[in-house]
Amino acid sequence: MNEQNILIVRCGEVALKGMNKPYFERMLVDRIRAALRRFHGVDVQRHEGLIFIRADKSQDIEQIIRATSRVFGVASISKAVEAPSELDAAGEAAVAYMLELIEKRGVKTFKVEAKRADKNCPVKSPEIGRIIGAKILIGCKVLKVDVHEPDVRLHVDVRHDRTYIYESKIAGFGGLPLGTNGKGLVLLSGGIDSPVAAFMMAKRGMLIEAVHFHSYPYTSPRAQEKVEELARILASYCGSFRMHAINLLPVQEQIVQNCPEEETTILVRRFMMRIAARIAAENGCMMLITGENLGQVASQTAEALVVTDASVSLPVMRPLIAMDKIDIMDKAQEIGTYETSIQPYEDCCTVFLPKHPTTKPRLERILRSESRLDCEALIEAAVSAEEIIEIKAGDA
Amino acid sequence: MLVYLDNSATTRAYDEVIALMSQMQKEEYGNPSSLHTMGLAAEKRLRAARRSLALALCAREEEVYFTSGGTESDNTVLAGLLALAAHGKNRLITTAVEHPAVLEPARRLESLGFKVDYIGVDRHCHLNMQQLEAALGEDVAMISVMAVNNETGTIMPLAEIGRLKERFNREHGTAILLHTDAVQALGKLPLDMAGALRQVDLLSVSAHKIHGPKGVGGLYVRKGTKAQPFMLGGGQERAFRSGTENTPGICGFGLALDMATGRLSERTAAMQKARAALLSALKAEVPDIVINSPEDETASPAVLNVSFLGTRGEVLLHTLEQEGIFVSTGSACSSHKKGQSHVLTAMGLKPKEIEGAIRFSFSEFNSPEQMEYTAWKVKEAVTRFRRLGSFR
Repeated sequence: MNEQNILIVRCGEVALKGMNKPYFERMLVDRIRAALRRFHGVDVQRHEGLIFIRADKSQDIEQIIRATSRVFGVASISKAVEAPSELDAAGEAAVAYMLELIEKRGVKTFKVEAKRADKNCPVKSPEIGRIIGAKILIGCKVLKVDVHEPDVRLHVDVRHDRTYIYESKIAGFGGLPLGTNGKGLVLLSGGIDSPVAAFMMAKRGMLIEAVHFHSYPYTSPRAQEKVEELARILASYCGSFRMHAINLLPVQEQIVQNCPEEETTILVRRFMMRIAARIAAENGCMMLITGENLGQVASQTAEALVVTDASVSLPVMRPLIAMDKIDIMDKAQEIGTYETSIQPYEDCCTVFLPKHPTTKPRLERILRSESRLDCEALIEAAVSAEEIIEIKAGDA
Repeated sequence: MLVYLDNSATTRAYDEVIALMSQMQKEEYGNPSSLHTMGLAAEKRLRAARRSLALALCAREEEVYFTSGGTESDNTVLAGLLALAAHGKNRLITTAVEHPAVLEPARRLESLGFKVDYIGVDRHCHLNMQQLEAALGEDVAMISVMAVNNETGTIMPLAEIGRLKERFNREHGTAILLHTDAVQALGKLPLDMAGALRQVDLLSVSAHKIHGPKGVGGLYVRKGTKAQPFMLGGGQERAFRSGTENTPGICGFGLALDMATGRLSERTAAMQKARAALLSALKAEVPDIVINSPEDETASPAVLNVSFLGTRGEVLLHTLEQEGIFVSTGSACSSHKKGQSHVLTAMGLKPKEIEGAIRFSFSEFNSPEQMEYTAWKVKEAVTRFRRLGSFR
């Protein structure tokens, strides 16, 4: 028993899925197994509504915890000790557990939080707590009970066949297992917002594919390298995926030469959407995902969003639409994309930035401007010249 | 066609240099400090490289030290000034157009209480000599002026500065030192420490600008000049620069010096020819350009800086790279940072002149045919950009 570390993984929302629960749990187990593939001697099993990871002690348990905590659908993780379900034996294990904590951290107070999954167990939860607590007080003379602010909250989880003892819960991201909610195509720019948008949709179980627009040679190859770096960070959460790199310059050149200057940005946005929609259709993506955020820039006013949205028929997910910039930045910090996002390379949106972009575009006028262009041919040419980059999930 | 015109950033190593370095890493990898024969063999190699550097500078072997490059050499020299501050010598005279390897240590000195004068330049990066002369004073510890500007190729009047310094020292009984960052001059101009540069006390050079390896450089310290070591440790380089000698790099540098400075006039003639061909083709073919480099004898044969008005340098750069032509905007070392070249700014260029500036820098491997091709491709790129560029 001591040859293995045991992790208890709680599934959070997955547990609420009624009839589909077994499906979601199986998906989650598959995702955890995939995330832990690089470790040896790791066993992942579903049992009584929880997921148990048993890992050979030769493997770095902290790394296993970190990798598991990044799997969407994982609500929390606890490093547990396993004991027999008889209360005497469980009490002994609890004493041993506390003795180790006294030695390691000099803890002085504790509280037992008992729980019984086995409702047939004749002893009720508060009673289990008292019994185990008494055994600890006898076994560890230096400890006192403190029900309000204990140094250690010792969780004792009595199940049919085993008891699990653990101290803390390490939070996961929650959400739903990847692949339980279709596939979306994210428009990944290189800024702060779009990686966060992709992360948030992936967290709800959506597989990700990406499209990146550049204006080479007007933009630097280093700008694209930066986007690939962002994509690799995303892949550490949502697995390997493909990124379609599209050179938008031919489209921008036509717009600049044929359409009113103030409409440049909105026209470019509409082309991006249509090109993305084409790529989505060809690659099994059900919807588009953007990092758009109401009012952030000229192309993200309510009017502009309406005009942009009208360019495609498939749904466009904008998970950041009502967030404040500061909260988006916090989220980017949390998922680790912020530092990469703020590297100062020009992206294609700023290359032909008009001096006074229109903030209240009207669809009829935009359509009239577009009628001066051979939109279909431009979209076709842009998509057929795409470069596909395989983004590999490394060990982030 | 591959046309590499970024030789002021770095150069392709000579094949012979690569072969020698490879052999030294495979076979003659001894540490010169080791007592056995392999150590001795390495020490002999090192001595030969030192002779090559001394010969290239018309200096004595005991006056040259190997470092990790131009930046370390410059840092060593400027950090050494702190020792002089105690004697009331706490002023540094330098220029506004130095490489960051001088400017940043100068700023560090300022933060430590030094006074630093940054001498200005004119439209073609010629130094304001009146300003420099006026800055001389008894509290001056050092004058540090680059030999050739890396962005424009302007040759600085070192001999004249040296005479000013000597006269001032004589008349005031001071001991002002003259340092020069000669990274862009080595292999392009004669550097004669016994002749024209006999008033220069310290001089920094680098290997990778003359077809040698990266990570190696040199520092000349005139005999009798007190200089402080920067790297302390095992006492290598006569206790002036500790750290196990980078023998493959140093010997690669030695060979590159032999090859580059041994055929100096032949090589510079090739660069000059390429530069002249490009300059005249651009002038003939591309309207609305401004030549930022000098067009007289103060121009290095290795650099040509041109502003293409109504364009952005980086866009031209990326357009030209698609055609196999590699150039630079401003200085390669600072083009990662957003913002405009401090050199072109100091020269008083207008924002649109700075924005459209391209540096072409030449080596002996550039031919007039390449220049014809380059001028043609530049013209195409500039025309395309100007058609669209009115937006910014």
